[in-house]
Order: sequence, then C-alpha cells, then structure tokens
Amino acid sequence: MTESLMTFWNELPVLIQILVKIVALLLPLMGTVAYYTLAERKIIGYMQVRLGPNRVGPRGALQPIADALKLVFKEIIIPSNASRLLFLSAPVLAFAPALAAWAVVPFDDGMVLADINAGLLYILALTSLGVYGVIIAGWASNSKYALLGAMRSAAQIVSYEIAMGFALVGVLMASGSLNLGEIVNAQGGGFWNWFIVWLFPLFLVYVISGVAETNRSPFDVVEGESEIVAGFHVEYSGMAFAVFFLAEYANMILISALTALLFLGGWLSPLQGILPDAAFSLPVIGWLLDSGIHWLLIKTAFFMFAFLWYRATFPRYRYDQIMRLGWKVLIPVTIVWIFVEGVLVALKIGPWSA
Amino acid sequence: MSFQLAMFYIFSAILVGAAAAMITVRNPVHAALCLVLAFFTSAALWIMMEAEFLGIVLVLVYVGAVMVLFLFVVMMLDVNIARLREGFIRFLPVGALVAAAMAVVMIMVVGARHFRIEPPAPAATDVGNTEMLGRLIYTEYVYPFELAAVILLVAIVAAITLTLRRRPGTRHIDPAEQVKVKREDRIRIVKMEAEKK
Repeated sequence: MTESLMTFWNELPVLIQILVKIVALLLPLMGTVAYYTLAERKIIGYMQVRLGPNRVGPRGALQPIADALKLVFKEIIIPSNASRLLFLSAPVLAFAPALAAWAVVPFDDGMVLADINAGLLYILALTSLGVYGVIIAGWASNSKYALLGAMRSAAQIVSYEIAMGFALVGVLMASGSLNLGEIVNAQGGGFWNWFIVWLFPLFLVYVISGVAETNRSPFDVVEGESEIVAGFHVEYSGMAFAVFFLAEYANMILISALTALLFLGGWLSPLQGILPDAAFSLPVIGWLLDSGIHWLLIKTAFFMFAFLWYRATFPRYRYDQIMRLGWKVLIPVTIVWIFVEGVLVALKIGPWSA
Repeated sequence: MSFQLAMFYIFSAILVGAAAAMITVRNPVHAALCLVLAFFTSAALWIMMEAEFLGIVLVLVYVGAVMVLFLFVVMMLDVNIARLREGFIRFLPVGALVAAAMAVVMIMVVGARHFRIEPPAPAATDVGNTEMLGRLIYTEYVYPFELAAVILLVAIVAAITLTLRRRPGTRHIDPAEQVKVKREDRIRIVKMEAEKK
C-alpha cells in the first residue's frame, strides 16, 4: 500500500509535488493563524479577568470562523482619492513574504520544503520585505493617519532589523552555517549546547526586536489606536483588512518558530544526554521523549503565548524611546556580545572548541 | 527552450520594463516602487546564476533598507512634478553623454565575451557561494574590504556632522534620563490624620 503510494508520488510532475507540499504547509499554518486570534482574545481575557468570546460554538470555539465569514461578506471600500492599484496590492505585499519565509523553515531533520544554503539570509531578506505592505498601504490610502503609521513603521522596522541581523550573526558564528537545519543540528547533545546558553544576550535582543518587527505591543506605535486610530490600515475594510491581520499573525508564528530553531534547539529534545539511550527506544514514551517535531511545536507555542503575554502586560512604548532602545541599547549589546563570542572562539572556550 | 532560459527571459523582461518605467512614470513614489521591482528581479537573476549570497543581500540591503528610507523621504516631500520635468530637453544631450560614457565603461570592464545566453556552468565545488565569498573577503581581499569599511564609516561620520544642528531653546527630552526615573523622584506620600467633621 505505502509502496504503491510512494511510486504514485514519485510519478507526479515536480511542479505538482511542490504544490502539494506548499498546501500541506500552508493549510495548518492558516488554521493556526485563525485559532491564534481566538487564543489571543481568550488569553488576554483571562489575564484581565474577563471571559473573552464565548457565544459562537462551545466556549467560543467557532469565533474565528464567524469572524472570517463576516469579513468575507463585508464590502471593500476604496477611498475615492486612493491610488487604486497600490491600495489593493498592499495587503498582498504584506502577506506574501510572511508565507514565503516558511519555505526554508525545517520542522524535523530533513523535513523542509526548500533546503537552501543561505536559509537564514533568505528569512532576513523576506521579513524585511514585509514593510512594503505597510508603507504602500499608508501612502496609497491618501490619509494622514495612515501615512503617519507607515512612516513610523518604516523607521521602526529598519532600525530593529539591524539589531536582529546582528543577533543572527552571533548564531551564524556559533553554528558555522546559514542553513537552518544545520544550525539546529549544531545545538545537539543536550540542552546546555543550545545557543540560548552561550548567546543569552543575543537571544533577548532577538526576541525584543522580533516583537518590534511584527509591530506588536508594546511596540505597536504603527497602529497606535489611541493616537492615530489604527495607523496604516485605517482605510481598509473587509477581506483587505483581514489580510493585514493574517500577515501579522503569520509573522508572529514565524518569529516564534525561528526563536525556537535558532536559540532553543528546534526539534531537539531537552532530555538528550540526560536520559540513558534505552529510554528513547521505549515503545510510545520513547518517541515522545526523543527529538521530533512535537518539541519544535511546544517551543514555538511558548513564544506565541509570550507574544500575547507582552501585550497584556506592557504599556506601549513612546516613539523616541523605541528609537533609543533599538539604536542605543540593543545594537551595542549585540556588538559587545559578538566581540565576546569572537574572543571565546579564538580561545576555544565553550561549544566552539572544535 | 529550457525552463531556466524561459525564467531568464521573463525576469529580464520585467527588469527592463521596470527600469524603463522608473524613469518615465510621473509620480516619484511610483518611480521608487519601480526601482524596487528592478532590484528584486535583478536579485532573482543573480540567484539563477548561483550567486545566491549577492542576490539575497541585494534584496536585504537595497530593497529592505535603502529603498524603504528612499520611499520614506519621497512620501514626505511635496515634490512639484512639473518643475522636475522642465528642462528635460535642455539637459538631454548632457544626460545622453553621461549615459553613453557609463555604458562604454561598463562594457569595457565587464567585457563583451560575457554577453551570452546560455547559463554559466555550475560551480565545480559544492561549497556554497556564501562560504566561498567569505573565504575570499576575509583572506585574500581583507585589506580592500577593511578599506571599504573605513571609507563607509568616514562617510557616515561626515554625513552626521554636516546635518547635525544643535538648536538652543528647544525643549529637548532625553529618554535615557526618563527611563531611570524612580517612583520616589516623582511622588511623595503624605500621611495625614483624618479631619474632624
């Protein structure tokens, strides 16, 4: 049975194979995005001693579907003085990089859509493209609030990209590769080999600039409901508005997965090197304890939860404080730590001794 | 026609079209976006030539940072398009001369022998383009590389000193001072007896 399936699979044209893989990657992702919005409302609700959505379906479980249906049937209003083509292409430009970046994310050893050498650079390049959706939306709307949001976003994303890039330079130095799979495998052998241990300052910088890159609270001056209404997407309605939201949530999941991959050993089990080898060969428990995709999902879920946690906990940063944090705190921290790492490599201390 | 060749022609057509549109469209924001498209397609062409590092860095640096700031400025400026276009005929001879000179220099440097249609043979080693570039830059070409870095640094310092103005009398806020503020600096708790009715 499986053999005939495999031969059938191999008979398919390469283009169809790739398409099937893309669908197999994107469908769960879209489902996660939909239920991430529900999780956000529920979790922040509980943190604020409220119930959150609880009307549609059991305990509000069908709320995302109801929301999606409502947004699909709403009219898309195009402002009369807007630049039509750019106005409509902005959501696509925000959404496409958020999805395309998933092509190089490995879920398990070898379980990756495109196993390219420069995977880390590709991710960095694509996440920096997402800003175009925001800027074009702000300009094409022909509204001053939208333009203000777009300007804030451009400044913020360009500033934090530098800190993020430097944090990734540290990871690259420690692993000696730009391929995400090889970066994870370089952290094997037990959780004390994970990069979070030796690169802890870079881990903090990466998490903070990840929140800033996705324009999430406390760095959400781009939307700034209380100052500029909703920032760049104030003129959008219906599905065009929803696409911006999908892009934001897909980016949050991407940053969470990347944090897990780059600093927490991705799919590697934290029990490696602690339990005896016999434990991993037990029937079901052994599979659970051993490295696998479930560990990556658990680690990703933790950072996804943390995104919501920040939003419920921190007040919004002021614009000049955001710039100070990015340029005067995070970038010096990364430069100092890259220097420290260089010294450690030269003296052959730590995981770089080989 | 192989798949690769077809992709080459598609990307080249987009690149030439975007470059032509960039200098002909009226709106400066549209022009900047056409330039972004031109950068992006030339990155795709580079990646097709197995120069993936250069291609991705082109997207990362030029599309992701430089053009964002460019757009930032163009959107904020209230550019008078009519005034920009006047004198187009008057400056055309000079412009054409400069363009021709640049084209001649490029052809002399790059060489006509590289203008061919079939893709270059794949690299003999399986070492990635990124790794090869890194080895060359940090060993053989380390001095030119460091010199370029120093020149860039000097340019940054010069740009900042030229544009930095200290205006006395502005109500300057220093966020570094502000975040250090403790509760004790701002509030004073006063204990009072309850007043009698």
